[in-house]
Amino acid sequence: MTGPQADGTGQVVRELDVAARDALAELLLSVADDEFVIGSWDSEWTGIAPMLEEDVATSSIAQDEIGHARAIYELLATLTGDDADRIAYGREADAYRHAALLNHRRGDWAFSVARRWLYETADAVRLAALATSTWEPLAVLAGKMRREETYHRMHADAWLSRLAGGDHDVRQRLAEALGRLWPDAQQVFAPLGGEETLMRAGILPQRMSALHAEWLGIVRPVLEPIVGALPDAAPSPDGRATRTDDFGWLHGELTMVGAADREALW
Amino acid sequence: MTQAGDLRAAPIWAELARISDPEIPAISLVDLGVIGSVSVREGLARIELLPTFIGCPAVEVMRQRIEERVGALELVDAVDVAVTFRPPWTSERITPAGRERLRLSGFAPPPVGPAIPEAASGLDELAVLPIAECPYCGSRNTALENSFGPTLCRAIYHCADCRQPFEQMKRV
Repeated sequence: MTGPQADGTGQVVRELDVAARDALAELLLSVADDEFVIGSWDSEWTGIAPMLEEDVATSSIAQDEIGHARAIYELLATLTGDDADRIAYGREADAYRHAALLNHRRGDWAFSVARRWLYETADAVRLAALATSTWEPLAVLAGKMRREETYHRMHADAWLSRLAGGDHDVRQRLAEALGRLWPDAQQVFAPLGGEETLMRAGILPQRMSALHAEWLGIVRPVLEPIVGALPDAAPSPDGRATRTDDFGWLHGELTMVGAADREALW
Repeated sequence: MTQAGDLRAAPIWAELARISDPEIPAISLVDLGVIGSVSVREGLARIELLPTFIGCPAVEVMRQRIEERVGALELVDAVDVAVTFRPPWTSERITPAGRERLRLSGFAPPPVGPAIPEAASGLDELAVLPIAECPYCGSRNTALENSFGPTLCRAIYHCADCRQPFEQMKRV
């Protein structure tokens, strides 16, 4: 893979001490894995989405997300002297650090809409913070990502209100999916091991707990008219550490080519 | 752009203006606004390439074309193409000539006005992608069919007057 290079990264990397570098690597991996896994799940709809326009839209969004993942894996690779292809495809399933929200297979269309809306709203809050990071390569990339994610947000909003205004069966499926995903959605804001270090360096401009509170303030007023009162649920320190059989299956699909041919390029 | 600032780079800019976008051949890389900067020093040409979208698969084709074509110039011994998001490409970078070339090849140019706001929530699709003018008949009697299209940077419209579907480059 020869993707975007973050100019100036080398200099910044030298200025980071080992603890800050490790903490930054953890942060980058969490964001990149989120984008990689949701893009991979959504690409499962290519060819079989409920209508042709949606097939195009979902596929385009999936391509955006995997492009974002690639750019962040590239940044991470410059930081750790690793290889972006290896990070993307060369890990065991339990080494991925996506949030528990992304552990589930795509389900039916209502389930996919519910998850995408929960993810897009959380991602928007996170990206707004990262765009003000003191680590410039991340701030620049997050700023660019936000412009593209705007279209994802609009799309997710449109589908959520469309299904919420549908007939009884549609509303019920949507509400069930939102209720089922709610605890796992909190885990996009799972505390990071190196969070104190990141905060001190300004690399993470706000604590995950603060971003979580901001997100709750945005999503509760939209969701509660659809699903009723949502229980309090908190991000957990292992919110990015647990893997499921669903993800094990996806991981097998994603790594099939790489496992068959170690020299394969994506 | 450093186009005026570095006279030695002028032949490189001229060559880049003759390299087509891989997805819309009517427009050059310079008119598309994806060339961030050009410099040349002791035979090493350095070119910054700004992807329209982060995941754009045409970026690698652009890189190869630049390396081949600029590398073939007499004053150039080596080419270094750096993909960067600083500054970010926005649809405002497309030149007036580029907008006209898009129209002539059946694409509505992106809506004019500022790039879409970064702080985005509660936005209306039609506020971000307003009614496009049909590139075939000039009608404004058109409808947004899909804010996602066959490539990451394009949306799909339909013209109610000439009954022609067409694409618009998105505002980003």
